[in-house]
Amino acid sequence: MAGQSTYKPSNGFTKWLDDRLPIMRLGYDSFVDFPTPRNLNYWWTFGGILTVCLGIQIVTGIILAMHYTPEATMAFNSVEHIRRDVNWGRIIQGTHAVGASMFFIAVYIHMFRGMYYGSYKAPREILWMLGVVIFLLMMATAFFGYVLPWGQMSFWGATVITNFFSAVPVVGDAILQLLRGGFAVDNPTLNRFFSLHYLLPFMIAGVVGLHIWALHVPGNNNPAGIPVKSKQDTVPFHPYYTLKDGFAIVVFLIPFAWFVFFAPDILGHADNYIPANSQVTPTHIVPEWYFLPFYAILRAITFNIGIPFTDITFIDSKLGGVIAMFGAIVVLFFLPWLDRSPVRSGGFRPMFKWFFWLQVISFIALGYLGSKPAEGTYVVFAQIFTAYYFAYFLIILPVLSRIETPKALPASISESVLKVEAKSATTA
Amino acid sequence: MKRMTSFVRSALVAGLVLASGPALAAGESHGAPAERQDWTFGGLFGTYDENQLQRGFQIFREVCSSCHSANLLAFRNLEEDGGPGFTEGQVKALAAEYTVQDDTIEDGERPGIPADRWPNPFPDEFIAKAANNGVVPPDFSVLAKARSIESPFPIWIVNYFTAYQEGGPDYIYNLLTGYHEEAPEGVDIAPGQYYNEHFPGNKLSMAPPLADGIVDYEGDEVPETTEQYAKDVAAFMMWVADPHLVHRKETGFKVMLFLVLFAGLLYLAKRKLWTDVAH
Repeated sequence: MAGQSTYKPSNGFTKWLDDRLPIMRLGYDSFVDFPTPRNLNYWWTFGGILTVCLGIQIVTGIILAMHYTPEATMAFNSVEHIRRDVNWGRIIQGTHAVGASMFFIAVYIHMFRGMYYGSYKAPREILWMLGVVIFLLMMATAFFGYVLPWGQMSFWGATVITNFFSAVPVVGDAILQLLRGGFAVDNPTLNRFFSLHYLLPFMIAGVVGLHIWALHVPGNNNPAGIPVKSKQDTVPFHPYYTLKDGFAIVVFLIPFAWFVFFAPDILGHADNYIPANSQVTPTHIVPEWYFLPFYAILRAITFNIGIPFTDITFIDSKLGGVIAMFGAIVVLFFLPWLDRSPVRSGGFRPMFKWFFWLQVISFIALGYLGSKPAEGTYVVFAQIFTAYYFAYFLIILPVLSRIETPKALPASISESVLKVEAKSATTA
Repeated sequence: MKRMTSFVRSALVAGLVLASGPALAAGESHGAPAERQDWTFGGLFGTYDENQLQRGFQIFREVCSSCHSANLLAFRNLEEDGGPGFTEGQVKALAAEYTVQDDTIEDGERPGIPADRWPNPFPDEFIAKAANNGVVPPDFSVLAKARSIESPFPIWIVNYFTAYQEGGPDYIYNLLTGYHEEAPEGVDIAPGQYYNEHFPGNKLSMAPPLADGIVDYEGDEVPETTEQYAKDVAAFMMWVADPHLVHRKETGFKVMLFLVLFAGLLYLAKRKLWTDVAH
């Protein structure tokens, strides 16, 4: 796909520049003339939406950092100062806070899209893995950011999440103290989290650059999941996809603005309007909604793993939970090699489809369970869905690729497109 | 179009992921279920009622502020747009009635000016605790946002579409009107504690602060009852916690209008561009 460059410098200056630093050529080849499959549906617009989300978070974040005070006795009030007294501060702060949620909605859709259409398969394994790296960085950034307002949930969330690391054998306590900058979450924790919260988005931006680079070598996957074979299969990125993505981005901004202007607090927890207090533990410590599925997996491991009928324990439930939670993300790195089916698109895989949607439902159910107390039937269901989450990757996908008979693939993208057109013409 | 509808259908599924969030706000069941109230500032088009905020301020000043601080409230806020609508002169006169600490001048004390914050009723936390049965009365600055009431399924999903943000004032109203003169049988109440059906654990260290007729409203139109007082002060507390609500919503309408029109234009442009391209 990354074929010959068709860029032609239009005047003396751009020609001079092109001979020295072909940056205009890079931009032209990547975002103007780039041949893109003509059959991409709206699920493919989330890449562009995510780029906008990152941009919004960085711009609003830099402005917030100009007014925020990362000091334990002043942080809470400095966020309120932004909301009350800084010009447009309430909207910038609201956009940043709501923006984190919108970012995660978009990234989950983007990831499930990749999983349905087999976008992780050869030759896009590195593209996929870079995506998982971005997801991990996003989670870290969002966690650090949520600590900064220094409310009760900030403080206790930081306490609970840093505490995971104490489950690591031998070096756990040392890691814990390094993360917190002391024996408990306090001002040093806030300071280092602020520093990291400012650093990580730029690392995300860097990995996004690699992600797009890795995308532009093989080119986009597409709903038919078959490679581009001729020029008939593609359209230039601009204006076809700039306009389609642009439309999708603006539509995405409508619910975004709805939350920012009409319900800025609905995605958060009321307890975070209580200033952090190390002496009072909230009745329920819950992470932000976008961490809930992983939180449910963490708490689903309520049993020790050891030699049955003896007292020997290899992995206690705490470490087991942490391993399961991180494992839920680590397993994504291996996805390209767990699913051996040569057919990419779920649309041509009659059995895969069912298991995929079950995985989506199970992930949503885990999110719901993560918000509930870890007791009674909630735990049982969390264990069932956690088991399914891992079984999907480790058992179902490898087995499916052996036993499933995929439907016949179209000969080319343009043929598949024409078939759809003909069908809708007859039904219309 | 067919592709479009299947997209919308799938987006709804994705929306459910989001919808699983609010359950976290629900938390454990505490006390009696709180009843939602009608607020002038509720919903999309709601704005604060100036008269109600002024009455609520009167209650705050005459009753609550003898124990509760409001550290982020400045006198000048009382004359700002979207608030109780006091005049500049009223606010100046009001501020001057208070003596504020100022370490930058001789003697360290002077009459208040509009830029000053609301003076704290207690010099420090320990004195506040000692005077209030061992509990510091919570600060009012963002208290109305720090409280909420439970919304059972499926109401919490509806909340997203109605932009329900009034859980705080609802809780405050229910709490202020939720005292029982005597605790139910079998509940031991320590001296200095009061039974309240809406407070988590039901044992509240705050004596019932309101009673019929304790605050004298100007004119005769507004009833001087505990319920009315509770409503007025809860509305005032919401304004203290969210003083720019009106401006935020006004901006929101403009932004929404722009986005919807812009999206429409982009859609038409996109459709025209793609007409001859099978996809």
